[in-house]
Amino acid sequence: MRPFEYARAGNVSEAGQLAGRFIAGGTNLLDLMKLEVEAPEKLVDITRLPLDKIEDTEDGGLRIGALVTNSDLAADPRIRRDYEVLSRALLAGASGQLRNKATTGGNLLQRTRCGYFYEPSQPCNKREPGSGCGAIGGFNRIHAILGTSDKCIATHPSDMAVAMQALEATVETQKTDGSTREIPLIEFHRLSGDTPEIETVLEPGELITAVRLPKSQGGNQVYRKVRDRASYAFALVSVAAVVKMDGGKIEWARLAFGGLAHKPWRNHDLEAALKGEAPSSALFDKAADILLADAKGQGENDFKIPLARRTLKAVLAQATKGA
Amino acid sequence: MTTLKINGVEHELDIDARTSLLDACRDHLALTGSKKGCDHGQCGACTMLVNGRRINSCLTLAIMHEGDEITTVEGLGDPDNLHPMQAAFLEHDGFQCGYCTPGQIVSAVGMLGEVADGWPSHASADLENGATLSGDEIRERMSGNLCRCSAYPNIVDAIETASTKLKENA
Ligand SMILES: Cc1cc2nc3c(=O)[nH]c(=O)nc-3n(C[C@H](O)[C@H](O)[C@H](O)COP(=O)(O)OP(=O)(O)OC[C@H]3O[C@@H](n4cnc5c(N)ncnc54)[C@H](O)[C@@H]3O)c2cc1C
Ligand code: SF4
Ligand code: FES
Ligand code: FES
Repeated sequence: MRPFEYARAGNVSEAGQLAGRFIAGGTNLLDLMKLEVEAPEKLVDITRLPLDKIEDTEDGGLRIGALVTNSDLAADPRIRRDYEVLSRALLAGASGQLRNKATTGGNLLQRTRCGYFYEPSQPCNKREPGSGCGAIGGFNRIHAILGTSDKCIATHPSDMAVAMQALEATVETQKTDGSTREIPLIEFHRLSGDTPEIETVLEPGELITAVRLPKSQGGNQVYRKVRDRASYAFALVSVAAVVKMDGGKIEWARLAFGGLAHKPWRNHDLEAALKGEAPSSALFDKAADILLADAKGQGENDFKIPLARRTLKAVLAQATKGA
Repeated sequence: MTTLKINGVEHELDIDARTSLLDACRDHLALTGSKKGCDHGQCGACTMLVNGRRINSCLTLAIMHEGDEITTVEGLGDPDNLHPMQAAFLEHDGFQCGYCTPGQIVSAVGMLGEVADGWPSHASADLENGATLSGDEIRERMSGNLCRCSAYPNIVDAIETASTKLKENA
């Protein structure tokens, strides 16, 4: 690990002004610093900031502080009752030890698990812009099939963010000048495009202070994660679904996908095609056709295309059961 | 100087900011019970309790833990006075080489605390009403601790026994 200067932020407005890389749970940043994939000159420890509460909002939703751990969030009675898909996604991620450290803000900003990104001797446009992409034509079993570019085919590895996408969450931030803004999660992460090293719309020094969930609209909530082992593995494909039924028809459906793209994926056309329809295998196939219309396999990950179809269909069958 | 409170004792340490909590204990305080398996959060051999919650001590900086109550396997019990979890691992032969064992034991103690607090897991059918500790629940909740010797069946038995003992003692 390269040496760095260490500072502890005493309050929220000071954090950005300390002009360093934020460290929260450290479970992703320190992992990457040990490999010198990341080498910040200064770390700003934000763990003492008062951002560890889950508060009710005026509109009946919840504001989740950026430092709320993945464990505390998954176990919160309000999340378990009204946002089951989020609790399920968190519990499907990492391990008990990691969830006790991993924070809401850090989880959103965790970096890809692409093996070339993790190995400094290999070319990687995300780690070293312009050096090429080892995964294209290389080992790419875990890589993306949607929204890729010829610069980078990495996926975003988070489970939590996929559920939050289906719940239409908003990210609250504070910039270094003290101003605040709200970013809908759907606009928060970027596709890789020509600049895979830029992963979100955050500005340098911009601190995530909270993630807001709108009032729960109920519905059947399902999170399904397909992975290489039954526990403690990243998703190959995951689907988060919130589906509201009305008299045997789908009143509305919100779906988000993990393991398929550089960001938690959502497709409004797919959701529109389900709206007002009676559930059937043919309808679910049509939904999968829409999702996968532009899907592109990279060789080793070709299996993700049929796997995404089957996972989506299974989740829709489950989420459209009952009223 | 960094002050760390480990197993109830305060230690003043002059350490590089890069030092992980694991290395601080092993290399600077001769607390070598916690093991380094992977150094990347993947194996659980380094598990410690921080303020009662289990974490991977290899993926956190020692300087970030001033003021915290840290417990290592040495703090759970000693050979003359074993913690019920340590005794249960001996009774059930919950190991072969023993390298993962301190992490397994500390993790299991942390895990039982989570169950007592009503935390659900990926294996829980019902999210809202807590969980009873079945074999499936133990296997899921302990998935962050790998055992290269694959002593898993005996580890699960040991945790079941210790869980019953601890409930009786409570
Ligand atoms: C072995 C292993 C298995 C895992 N399995 C899974 C899995 O199955 N599913 C899954 O979803 N995840 C998994 N993870 C990843 C884990 O969820 C992330 O490492 C964790 O969520 C990151 O949170 P953190 O608080 O530790 O972030 P940190 O490591 O502290 O920070 C990560 C990044 O976020 C930035 N940051 C942190 N907080 C803020 C803030 N408030 N504002 C602005 N920037 C901030 C940091 O500067 C850094 O760039 C796994 C990790 C490991 C090591
Ligand atoms: S897929 Fe992205 S992260 Fe992986 S090697 Fe290519 S550029 Fe790097
Ligand atoms: S040494 Fe910490 S998890 Fe492996
Ligand atoms: S007993 Fe050898 S690694 Fe578990």
